[in-house]
Amino acid sequence: MTNEFVLEAIQREFSDSVISHSEPYGFLTLEIKKEDIKKIIHYLKDSSLEINFLTDICGIHFPENKEKEVGVIYHLHNMMTNFRIRLKTFMPIENTEVDTITDLFAGANWMERETYDFFGINFKGHPDLRIILNDPDLGYHPMLKEYRLEDGTRTDKDDKMFGR
Amino acid sequence: MKDNELSNILSQYDSKEQIDGQLYTLNLGPTHPATHGIFQNILTMDGERILHSEQTVGYIHRAFEKISERRNFAQITTLTDRMNYCSAPINNIGWHMTVEKLIGCEVPKRVDYMRIIMMELARIADHLVCNGVIGVDTGALTGFTYVFQDRERIYEMYEQICGARMTTNMGRIGGFERDFTPKFHELIKDFIKNFPKRFEEFCILLERNRIFMDRTIGAGPISAERALSYSFTGPNLRAAGVDYDVRVAQPYSSYDDFDFIIPIGTAGDTYDRFMVRQQEILESYKLIKNAYENLPEGAFHADVPDFYLPEKADVYTKMEALIYHFKIVMGETEIPKGEVYHCVEGGNGELGFYLVSDGGRSPYRLHFRRPCFIYYQAFPEMIQGSMISDAVVTMSSMNVIAGELDA
Repeated sequence: MTNEFVLEAIQREFSDSVISHSEPYGFLTLEIKKEDIKKIIHYLKDSSLEINFLTDICGIHFPENKEKEVGVIYHLHNMMTNFRIRLKTFMPIENTEVDTITDLFAGANWMERETYDFFGINFKGHPDLRIILNDPDLGYHPMLKEYRLEDGTRTDKDDKMFGR
Repeated sequence: MKDNELSNILSQYDSKEQIDGQLYTLNLGPTHPATHGIFQNILTMDGERILHSEQTVGYIHRAFEKISERRNFAQITTLTDRMNYCSAPINNIGWHMTVEKLIGCEVPKRVDYMRIIMMELARIADHLVCNGVIGVDTGALTGFTYVFQDRERIYEMYEQICGARMTTNMGRIGGFERDFTPKFHELIKDFIKNFPKRFEEFCILLERNRIFMDRTIGAGPISAERALSYSFTGPNLRAAGVDYDVRVAQPYSSYDDFDFIIPIGTAGDTYDRFMVRQQEILESYKLIKNAYENLPEGAFHADVPDFYLPEKADVYTKMEALIYHFKIVMGETEIPKGEVYHCVEGGNGELGFYLVSDGGRSPYRLHFRRPCFIYYQAFPEMIQGSMISDAVVTMSSMNVIAGELDA
């Protein structure tokens, strides 16, 4: 299976859903419309492409990309031919709702909970969307870029030389 | 699993109220000698049978992903070895290989082979602890003391490479900080010569032990289909009968130069997980032996002056070395923009690093795919309907490491 073959298959099946595609370091990466992400993952899983192993789900935050601030990134894998694909979907930070894929992959449960915990992405239809790693009373989603690593009120450290 | 068994139990009760009166809740953890880490399991019990369990994780969450957004690439190595602390070198080297992939760095063959030796030693140490602990949880403490001798020998070898034992911070981006020392050669020759004999003693203790087999066969099974749905990888997936191993499926670090077997189980129960790890120890030993005997001559690090710290003597005498030293320490190195996913076969399965770089001194986003975190969620399903003592051995045979789970 090659990147071109899979890309063509997806574009043939869902011509409007794929916003862009690239191949950083040879890894096929597609940006998908938020509404269609579940449909495409379901297609990859059940079609003859057999990309039916969910490697990972994680979130990402780009505060500068207006209307596309937060994203969810899915890594999927076909173990038989060792083909991997990365799907991304972005959404505005005010409305972070995306369909859950827990009914397709049992393992997506905690991965989605982790993404919710860190980025506040609401997975619609998730059976048990609670904070998983952080303190349940934390009250915010700490991986968003506006939250600094350390308490902003500290005065005993001066980072202006070596900050990011 | 065991659905009819569970409904049999439930059918003994006339009504919901009676069930509520009969059942009780048991907290296994957060700190409990049998959990080998800090996890809480809230079990709903009927006598000694588990009807339902709920897990709480995150007790040692240290926000590694957030911290790594403020650190330069070399400093992130120390975070990775605090994840799966039983096989820290694999995490370190996996991270270095991710950065090498991002910057497009080719490492010499000798580095590849040295890495294989260190990673397989780490795998043996990891599996020895896991299998020793399964013995402890079934009441056989002796085997544990046997295997810890060899773990100690492996840790002595780590000391020769990097000076540390547990949290190793081993290697550098591009290779190793120093070549194998004479003492290391002495230790590994002894290891290659004597390990199989010593390991044999451990195998004799447990592998065909009637009591041990009765305790572990059928405890906490999972089918291949469910394991794949739960995104299992590593020995736990192979015990269920799927022959997926990153070292073979997607060879890195010259693993394709070697011939080795991927052991697989059939039932996916505790005994199969134990036996898969036992066989993997022998395969890892074979890999170490082959790699050490065929260790190529050459440099022990790649030529990447932007990332690999120069010799201290050169820093004091040569201008270029001083410049590079300064740039690396201050984090002023040019980093390409891009995103990479790199995975290695960790002690527990596919350990992945998803790195997004925006050209800054530290990653824009770094996500660790931690196999423990992903497969531990199957635990309630695996122990439902079984005895509490089965839950304990199931947990230790899954090799759940708190540090990796919570990252």
